[in-house]
Amino acid sequence: MAVIFERTKGLTEVETHYCPGCTHGIIHRLVGEAMVELGILDNAIGVAPVGCSVFAYEYFNCDMHEAAHGRAPAVATGIKRVHPDNFVFTYQGDGDLASIGTAEIVHAAHRGEKISTIFVNNAIYGMTGGQMAPTTLIGQKTTTSPQGRTVEHSGMPIRMSELLATIDGAKFVERVAVNTPGNIRKAKRAIIEAFKVQLEGKGFGIVEVLSTCPTNWGMTAPESMKWLADNMIPYYPLGNFRRPEEAE
Amino acid sequence: MAKGRVEFKEDICKGCELCTTVCPVDIIFMDKTRINKKGYHPATVVEMDKCIGCANCAMVCPDLVITVERF
Ligand SMILES: Cc1ncc(C[n+]2csc(CCOP(=O)(O)OP(=O)(O)O)c2C)c(N)n1
Ligand code: SF4
Ligand code: SF4
Ligand code: SF4
Repeated sequence: MAVIFERTKGLTEVETHYCPGCTHGIIHRLVGEAMVELGILDNAIGVAPVGCSVFAYEYFNCDMHEAAHGRAPAVATGIKRVHPDNFVFTYQGDGDLASIGTAEIVHAAHRGEKISTIFVNNAIYGMTGGQMAPTTLIGQKTTTSPQGRTVEHSGMPIRMSELLATIDGAKFVERVAVNTPGNIRKAKRAIIEAFKVQLEGKGFGIVEVLSTCPTNWGMTAPESMKWLADNMIPYYPLGNFRRPEEAE
Repeated sequence: MAKGRVEFKEDICKGCELCTTVCPVDIIFMDKTRINKKGYHPATVVEMDKCIGCANCAMVCPDLVITVERF
């Protein structure tokens, strides 16, 4: 008899405040497991965002810092430059990273900061009650697009991984999803690979994780997993956009 | 077929039902007869001897409720 799955030491024992079925919890676990498997937990400093994951500093079992909305990559830049031997990561939502914090993420990648970013794309502003995000899909109903998002009013949803993959300083860019056990396993492999890019001193790495928001999508958790697969993945294709060898 | 055993830390289950959708042998159910201290019907396993220890349930659980053993 062998235990093949148990709670990772990468997370504290604190019970999260996330809604039932919210996949932030899965992504937290993957980041925690990745840090444990790479043996970097005691050396890691995370930067939490503003958004539903604002309390991430209570959940990750490593040193944590809180940043103002969208500013996590700037805060992480400062931390990494002062503590170059520490492993530094940001954890950010799509409102945080792709809206108010677009300048910070683009320039952190552009400068080739040796940090890692976990970008949780749930196509909505969760914390504030379900407003439209830059990543909200065409036709998707939110509190600020009650008839559904239109191209004419708000443009097409922004694809951050594709955008960041055009930047020389971004050495690892991959989009994953956490809607099935298989995709969750793949997501963990990508997170480990992104973290290694930093540990090997190669530069900036980001993993975009397609995630759910059952509460503001107005669905059950199982329905949300299906909605992600049927609507998000076709527009936000999964896969690797950049690796260090290609980035040279 | 491998044999497994799962343990649910029932008090921290949020009743999201995700684990029930991924079990290949369909042995996880929401226990509608009980309410845990968070106020949810907790997920529970019936016919544990059918568990194959695949860990699919633990993989999708956002709240780390489940421990999986294989033998
Ligand atoms: C400077 C500033 N502007 C706006 C807000 C309000 N606000 C809080 S969270 C948030 C968006 C969060 O959405 P996202 O980053 O997608 O994270 P989620 O909650 O969906 O995980 C906004 C606009 C704020 N806290 N600070
Ligand atoms: S509001 Fe949405 S993103 Fe925030 S915890 Fe609830 S389900 Fe998750
Ligand atoms: S380990 Fe696999 S077979 Fe056992 S309860 Fe979980 S999902 Fe079902
Ligand atoms: S996935 Fe986890 S939280 Fe959701 S019902 Fe199953 S055990 Fe409970």
